[in-house]
Amino acid sequence: MTTTPAKDTAHTAAALALGDDALVLSHRLGEWAGHAPVLEEEVALANIALDLLGQARVLLSMAGDEDELAYLREERAFRNLQLVEQPNGDFAHTIARQLYFSSHQYLLYGELAAGDGPFAPLAGKAVKEIAYHRDHAEQWTLRLGDGTEESHTRMQRAVDALWRYTGEMFQPVEGLDVDWPALEAAWLERLTEVLVRATLTVPDGPRTGAWAAGAGRQGLHTEPFGRVLAEMQHLHRSHPGATW
Amino acid sequence: MATAAARETAGSQAYDVPDGAGDTTDTTGYERAFDAAVAADERIEPRDWMPDAYRATLVRQIAQHAHSEIIGMQPEANWITRAPSLRRKAILMAKVQDEAGHGLYLYSAAETLGVSRDELLDKLHSGRQKYSSIFNYPTLTWADVGAIGWLVDGAAITNQVPLCRCSYGPYARAMVRICKEESFHQRQGYELLLALSRGTPEQHAMAQDAVDRWWWPSLMMFGPPDDESQHSAQSMAWKIKRHSNDELRQRFVDICVPQAASLGLTLPDPDLKWNEERGHYDFGPIDWTEFWDVLKGNGPCNEQRLTRRRQAHEEGAWVREAAAAHAAKHSNGETGATRA
Repeated sequence: MTTTPAKDTAHTAAALALGDDALVLSHRLGEWAGHAPVLEEEVALANIALDLLGQARVLLSMAGDEDELAYLREERAFRNLQLVEQPNGDFAHTIARQLYFSSHQYLLYGELAAGDGPFAPLAGKAVKEIAYHRDHAEQWTLRLGDGTEESHTRMQRAVDALWRYTGEMFQPVEGLDVDWPALEAAWLERLTEVLVRATLTVPDGPRTGAWAAGAGRQGLHTEPFGRVLAEMQHLHRSHPGATW
Repeated sequence: MATAAARETAGSQAYDVPDGAGDTTDTTGYERAFDAAVAADERIEPRDWMPDAYRATLVRQIAQHAHSEIIGMQPEANWITRAPSLRRKAILMAKVQDEAGHGLYLYSAAETLGVSRDELLDKLHSGRQKYSSIFNYPTLTWADVGAIGWLVDGAAITNQVPLCRCSYGPYARAMVRICKEESFHQRQGYELLLALSRGTPEQHAMAQDAVDRWWWPSLMMFGPPDDESQHSAQSMAWKIKRHSNDELRQRFVDICVPQAASLGLTLPDPDLKWNEERGHYDFGPIDWTEFWDVLKGNGPCNEQRLTRRRQAHEEGAWVREAAAAHAAKHSNGETGATRA
């Protein structure tokens, strides 16, 4: 993937928003290393985390120095969705987060890849990776939803719990020329189909609200995010100016 | 004096051999064919006849190797979320992922001998099978990631390259692939330490401290000295093992000394010096008391590593059950559930 510096502030803002999504979700998935329920999932989750980290590095480099941006910004300067910073929870929560995000990211990057904006080269490559991420999440949603009584209960609880963070994914992002309402409709259609096949109920709670509508994009995050940054940034910040 | 269990575990250090390798007087036609194949350096394949003791030895050795890969993920995964640059984070994640992959190849290689992964995991979780003791040491700073790559993976490669010529085909082939990746791991560790050594005084000190802590445990990875290693002879005869513990240990020391100099770091052994006559580096005595102690379960992290492994397995039980239940419901379906 090539790194093209963003030409203007709108594109810089968009690169940060997309880059932070990928960075933070990759970090959360990295927390699974050594804890996955089966060995195949150690490989799969790490694979997805690596894809996302690769995307994050390209995007952040479009906005500036990748390490300065990742390690030296304060919480309020991060532009990621609140969804991706949510704790891993049990495997069902991680899968629900993956399902919501990857199906959104697949559609969004598909549109960006088809356009002629600065994100088209990255999106064109990444969308192939994301197709796998979405497939992984959908297959697990089907297994857990339509598996045992316990897995069904856990999966339903997970899709319900994270539902309130999904509205934010379709708030317009400055610098991205996307038909957001159409994206949302396509997302909801696919999601509904998967949840129904998984014998799960599509949640009906609010998807937007005072804290859930574009809040992450404005730098308003949830409590667990501060700890993510504390852990991620501690070593780098302890050695100002050092190279690694 | 070591317990029997601990002694058996010495195998996990050197990929050494357990007891029970008798029965050589029974010369059936099958056994003669097997012996001839081994003597001719041919590969034994899963469907070939093999002595029970050969099979048992391989199962134990491959299982211990597989367990070492998955337990070995823990000390390095400890630093994924704190990696100090995004480049280092990507490298470390890829390395830990490789280890999970190595575990998969190795459990698959063991399965060709008629044992299941579940059985082997049960034996790991109940302490009946072991993993390499090196992973019972803690990763205290970022530099430990580099020291593990340089020294621990370096020692593993020294042990494992000869296994690419092991007489059992599936194991030998798995090792070819694993060794290629291990060699990348070793280089990234060296390169990480080099960056630290040439960095700030604090970074240099961090690197030196890590090397000081990992050097001796790495030398212990080759297992007890030859005159105390009871299991090597049969394994060498079977061409599962190709070199003695002390030979491999010396080879490793000879490789590391000049590399340490290039790194600008010292090795914590005042007796290290070139011996013109032997054509090797002499090195100081190894503290075998520590070795046996860690093997018996008294290392700094034995309890922690195994507890965490069991916990991951137990917490994942409902996921595995769900996958099995889903697969059973949709055995002719299109949803593609993969495993029980």
